[in-house]
Amino acid sequence: MALTALRKYWPFYVMLLPGVLFYLVFRYFPMYGMIIAFKDFSLMDGILRSPWANPWYKHFETFYQSPYFGELLRNTLLISLYKLVWGTIPPILLALLLNECRIRWLRAIVQTLTYMPHFLSWVIIFGILIALFSQNGGIVNRWIVEAGGSSYPFLTSTHTFRSVLVGSEVWQNLGWGAIIYLAAMAGIDPTLYEAAKVDGAGRLRMIWHITIPGIRSVIILLFILKLGHLLDAGFDQIYILYNIQVYPVADILDTWVYRTGLQQLNFSLASAVGLFKSLIGMALVLLANNVAKRWGEGIW
Amino acid sequence: MVKGLDDKIFNVAVYAILVFCALLAIFPILYVVSVSITPFGEVLRNGGFILIPRDVTFSAYKTLLTQSNLPQAFKITVLITVVGTAINLILTGLMAYPLSRKNLPGRRLVLLMIVFTLIFSGGLIPTYLIVKSVGLIDSVWAMILPNAIWSFNVLIMKSFFEGLPEELFESARLDGAKEFRILFQIVAPLSIPVIMTIGLFYLVGHWNEFFQAIFYVTDRTLFPLQVIVREILMQSQQPLENADNITPTQTMQMASVMIASLPVLIVYPFIQKYFTKGMLLGSIKG
Repeated sequence: MALTALRKYWPFYVMLLPGVLFYLVFRYFPMYGMIIAFKDFSLMDGILRSPWANPWYKHFETFYQSPYFGELLRNTLLISLYKLVWGTIPPILLALLLNECRIRWLRAIVQTLTYMPHFLSWVIIFGILIALFSQNGGIVNRWIVEAGGSSYPFLTSTHTFRSVLVGSEVWQNLGWGAIIYLAAMAGIDPTLYEAAKVDGAGRLRMIWHITIPGIRSVIILLFILKLGHLLDAGFDQIYILYNIQVYPVADILDTWVYRTGLQQLNFSLASAVGLFKSLIGMALVLLANNVAKRWGEGIW
Repeated sequence: MVKGLDDKIFNVAVYAILVFCALLAIFPILYVVSVSITPFGEVLRNGGFILIPRDVTFSAYKTLLTQSNLPQAFKITVLITVVGTAINLILTGLMAYPLSRKNLPGRRLVLLMIVFTLIFSGGLIPTYLIVKSVGLIDSVWAMILPNAIWSFNVLIMKSFFEGLPEELFESARLDGAKEFRILFQIVAPLSIPVIMTIGLFYLVGHWNEFFQAIFYVTDRTLFPLQVIVREILMQSQQPLENADNITPTQTMQMASVMIASLPVLIVYPFIQKYFTKGMLLGSIKG
């Protein structure tokens, strides 16, 4: 049976081979490599020969008892939640406005320009933030000084850094996030609007009673799915934008794992924290998908 | 009558806010351009940077393109973008095509293997150790292979292939065509839209390459653009070593930002529709 399948389908298996190899080497071997979270790993001995930690939960305990535990968890969850809240409403509003826009070329230009930041890397956005907000030379601080105030270190102050993170993320994804709501709006039955017009409804009323209910399920679905990624506060962005002054408010699980593992070479401790995050992350995603499925639309 | 007026006010408000959003997106980028061409004399005269300099100079660009590691980094980025995207597309297509054959034994297992990586990963440290043990540290391949396939793209391409008419494959097989020929000569030409879309996402991903470089590469001559630009941006405290020091530090920094983003900004308007399509394809799945 297996042999006849092989004979019949072998070209397909040959095609799958490089991809499967990729997944085994770069995705599944690392999962196996996670056992170093339970070992006292040293580069000399390697994954297999490094001795087991005693007790096995040693590194987890170290992390749990360290002052970082609370701080990292708090920063991760707070930054995530802020982004979730501030990042959800603006794209919906933009989509509503684009949907109401009756001038085709204006709509096209606005879409092109607002989607663009999505393709800029965080390094580029870091550069933009320096031009706008740095203490010496940033144009915003120049305006503040000209208005009689004193310049403020927006990018290195613990008071403003989280706002910088949330703000730059909203800026980057305002237009891009609107695409999916626009598509949902395009799917609303046009006869609903015609009927409302006959009844004498104004445009605001139509938005409130037809458009928003029409995309409500998409809004809720996306929100639930994003909740599943609560532990991903944005490693790429934070690593590139942060600095030692703002660690107390900006250091998240991922950035700490990077510094502890690859910079201080404390591989086992970093892996333990990484495993902790991966497991809770997986539970959250599965939970979110489950809830989303009950909403009638699963993700696969 | 009143209603018509209401409608007009509503329209004007909508257009005004939309224009504001567009300006919000483009203004920071235009300002970066402005800083990157501001000469030192302007900064002295105005006591800082202003929105539109009266005088412009491209000296920062000239310095960066002749006296820094930027040209070398540019070459590396172009290399990993071209080679990386080619590898991405070939591997993704080779995986997606068999998986689109619904009767292939073992198909569900491979799909499960792919989907599982979307919800669970070994994390940074174990992945680093694997990349190290396969000997990729300090090579351009470290910036290409560890992310050679994006699971979402396999799923998107697979569902596109599933939408192709079945008779097409059957008649080709009756003519004695081998599966590899079917994939490259029949399926691929029919799948240009999805290949473009997925290819562009891979392309931008490589152009913006940063993290695999700082994880796996220590050899400075292999650093891609984004890493070098970030280094230049981090030198904000001490002025750039610049013989005659005519170019302000920030002008230099913004010129490097422009050099790294210009290719994306120039090409982007022409390919935007593919990205939008890809976003919607992806969200049906995810």
